[in-house]
Amino acid sequence: MSKRTVLYQKHLDAGGKIVDFAGWEMPINYGSQLAEHKQVREHAGVFDVSHMTIVDIHGTDALAYLRKLVTNDVAKLDVPGRALYTGMLNEAGGVVDDLIVYRMQDHYRVVVNCATREKDLAWLAAVAGSFAVTLAERPELAILAVHGPEAIERVCTLLPAEWQPVVGALGNFRCVELGDWFIARTGYTGEKGLEVMLPASQAPAFWDQLLAAGVLPIGLGARDTLRLEAGMNLYGHDMDESISPLAANMEQTISWMPEDRDFVGRAAVTLHKQQQLAGTLPILIGLVLESRGVLREGQKVITDKGDGIITSGTFSPTLNCSIALARVPVGTTDCHVELRGGQTAVRMVKPNFVRFGKKVFE
Amino acid sequence: MSNNLKFAKSHEWVSVDESGLATVGISDYAQSALGDVVFVDLPKIGATVSASAEVAVVESVKAASDIYTPVSGEIVEINTALQTAPDLINSSPLDAGWLYRIKLTNVAELDGLLDEKAYAAVCE
Repeated sequence: MSKRTVLYQKHLDAGGKIVDFAGWEMPINYGSQLAEHKQVREHAGVFDVSHMTIVDIHGTDALAYLRKLVTNDVAKLDVPGRALYTGMLNEAGGVVDDLIVYRMQDHYRVVVNCATREKDLAWLAAVAGSFAVTLAERPELAILAVHGPEAIERVCTLLPAEWQPVVGALGNFRCVELGDWFIARTGYTGEKGLEVMLPASQAPAFWDQLLAAGVLPIGLGARDTLRLEAGMNLYGHDMDESISPLAANMEQTISWMPEDRDFVGRAAVTLHKQQQLAGTLPILIGLVLESRGVLREGQKVITDKGDGIITSGTFSPTLNCSIALARVPVGTTDCHVELRGGQTAVRMVKPNFVRFGKKVFE
Repeated sequence: MSNNLKFAKSHEWVSVDESGLATVGISDYAQSALGDVVFVDLPKIGATVSASAEVAVVESVKAASDIYTPVSGEIVEINTALQTAPDLINSSPLDAGWLYRIKLTNVAELDGLLDEKAYAAVCE
């Protein structure tokens, strides 16, 4: 039985082409994925991401639990209104999921992927074990992500006057509770923007107001090209339970200090670190194809150090050429892919292609 | 152009003019399924092709799709506008987004193709 968000009818009204996404009927585009991509890079767009899973964590052990559960150190969130991106690992050091942890006034909130909901909920419950915490999924909330250089300004015009200065001044990875709304400066596009979590019953009216304010609806297709240009991983593609975070460009999400914080998977990922130093763990890099054609997930990458694989590939509308994330042997200096007509050279770059509308590599 | 359109099950269309010259493109259903087209590889002018042969590639953000010629003949013209504006296939699949023109060598092949109504049934 496929599921629909509270905005399903709004997607149809906006001309959304509906596809199945992990059991949800979601809009892949509203006409043109390329036009939607450009809209977010140049102006502002809204994504319905209500299919993602929100879990609130209450209890006296909430902090201790999260410091066990995830690789980043939630103790860094020293006051309410702060957020961090992190991975959570299994005991073997594979990535169970990536997520954002928000510190709220009297509890924590995590948002995990939709496609991994069941296993994540089971994992959260399993790690909770003897910790004094309660986990509460929040399916009655909708999430609207509004992104683009004009996004924050346009959202602010729709908010009550007393909220506007607060939301307008939010720094990156900051968040605020305003009544039964929760607004965070987080996202998945490489542009400035907000993720607004609000009661589902209020989401259709807010959606209409956003569209009336010139914020255009953006489908999952453009969400994917935007995140890939920003070099952001997609779970199940760029990493999964068989992949070390160190082989998925997620090292910055691991807090190694303090050394006595025993997060799940720490022993395994410590071994991965030794493998990395010994040169036996692969790395996730960016690839750019400067000639015609499009790099695709699953394609083999032929390197001077052995074969690698493309984990995500697409056409970059901003750069007007194809880009990809690829996992290759450490020390690789030369990459080719098989395209029609033989092997073609591809450029290796850091896995970050576009930020704030601009190309970020030379 | 749409009054004498014939379709292949593989989603190409053919339109034949009075002189026996055929124009080939992809259907609206096909462009919609592919999504935004970003590259098009067209056959060489002068090439002789047989029906069902792979003659072109239409690549979208989502996927690369082989194009099979529904009819045999000699390629006499290609739509060079697609090199700089591949999105014509999305905006005008049955007209400005045509792929190539071909001089037919076997007119009887047209009888094996679908009319609009039969093609619409294939797409359901």
